[in-house]
Amino acid sequence: MKTFVRRLGTWFLSLLGRMGHMFLFLINAVYFIFIPPFKFDILLRQMRFLGSKSMVVILLTGSFTGMVLALQLFYTLRKFGSEALLGPAIALSLIRELGPVLSALMITGRAGSALTAEIGMMRISEQIDALTAMALNPMRYLIVPNIVAGIIVFPLLTSIFDLIGIYGGYFVGVNLLGVGSGTYFSQMQNFVVMEDIRIGLYKSASFGVIVSWICCYKGFYTGYGAEGVSKSTTEAVVASSILILIWDYFIGSILL
Amino acid sequence: MIDIIDLHKSFDGQKVLNGINLTIAEKELIIIMGKSGGGKSVIIKHIMGLLKADSGNIFIDKIDITKLDVKGLDKIRDKLGVLFQGGALFDSLTVFGNIAFPLREKTKLSKQEIKERVRQALEDVGLKGVGSKYPAELSGGMKKRVALARALITEPHIVLFDEPTTGLDPIISNSIHRLIRATHQKYGYTGIVISHEVPEIFEIADRVAMVFDGVIVETGTPEEIKNSSNPAVRQFITGSLEGPIEFLS
Repeated sequence: MKTFVRRLGTWFLSLLGRMGHMFLFLINAVYFIFIPPFKFDILLRQMRFLGSKSMVVILLTGSFTGMVLALQLFYTLRKFGSEALLGPAIALSLIRELGPVLSALMITGRAGSALTAEIGMMRISEQIDALTAMALNPMRYLIVPNIVAGIIVFPLLTSIFDLIGIYGGYFVGVNLLGVGSGTYFSQMQNFVVMEDIRIGLYKSASFGVIVSWICCYKGFYTGYGAEGVSKSTTEAVVASSILILIWDYFIGSILL
Repeated sequence: MIDIIDLHKSFDGQKVLNGINLTIAEKELIIIMGKSGGGKSVIIKHIMGLLKADSGNIFIDKIDITKLDVKGLDKIRDKLGVLFQGGALFDSLTVFGNIAFPLREKTKLSKQEIKERVRQALEDVGLKGVGSKYPAELSGGMKKRVALARALITEPHIVLFDEPTTGLDPIISNSIHRLIRATHQKYGYTGIVISHEVPEIFEIADRVAMVFDGVIVETGTPEEIKNSSNPAVRQFITGSLEGPIEFLS
């Protein structure tokens, strides 16, 4: 029993240490966001990297999420005789919840994993050491642009996800299930307010920080060799996905 | 110029450096040799400030770098050029971009001046006309040459070479050795070369130091090292399996 408690304590202390290390990494990155010189060229490159890697998957998942939502919500709303509310139901579900969460999960799988692998490869091939040896801070060149890119690109991709999802829902609801085209959009206009959109975008930006932070951290402190990079990539995707869902609950409680 | 005093370093309880003492004079080209995993690269990582010593001191131009913060270390790093074992070229940049990178980031030179400096650096390492290629398109030897050009582009006072010829064939290795010698003569830097390419590397060295069991067991001119009676040095030079250096555990 004593050994078990000791092991549990050691594990907990080690976990606390790792979490503290990760948090300090984020604090350090946030500090350098505000310290010139700013690397706008690298920021633009990373925004393109995140956007181009994830666009197709966002379009696909967004459209099918909207279509599935239309099917399921139509079935539920019909029981209450409220099929006319299909448009706002889809829009609110997407804008407030599903859009930010699903697009964050998709970007994590597509671009986040690539980001961890890229930084991990830079670590094991000593490119990060080379930056340090040139007296150039790797945080400024590798981490800060990715975190800022996350804050900008995640809400943009989420907006595309929401829009495509709404049109996916329109396609199924109006063309296949017979909801009126005018009803679909006019009811949406009545029920969806600017605050809903703002909440969705705030959530999305915060997911952008989480994903780029975790993925950069895991790449930056990757283990040795190809196996180390592979392990870091898996850990980055799993940790980011879990943290997105946990953070979604907390930020949802705050912003509700 | 560089004074390493009683440097100790352990990783996960395993002693790697066990009291390294070494003085390197200005403009000297010194070879540090020793068996793989013996701590040679760890020494130069301490000089770069990438690793923190458990104890001991490293003086560069009379400044103890083990006591410096990041800003202080960066000032020292401005004097350094490093050729990493694998080259450490940035994959996303062309050869030109790689060599120009330190100039773009650390100097206020105009585009034209940078272009001219890079052209000259590529010529120095015998790689005219490859500026638009990416590192992935280059052979191992070419990568090392580009990395050397990048290390020298800011005309550093000290250049560290971490196994510059590992993985290269003997002819290319020889050409890299000569290139190190030629650039050393041209730029007059203090050079520290980590290598186990003996005896070929002796041709370019002013002095050789041997690391064994985490300490420098012998230093001397190449001739003195060749004629050394130290059993570890003798075993290393002859490549004998018998002797104090254990290669198999």
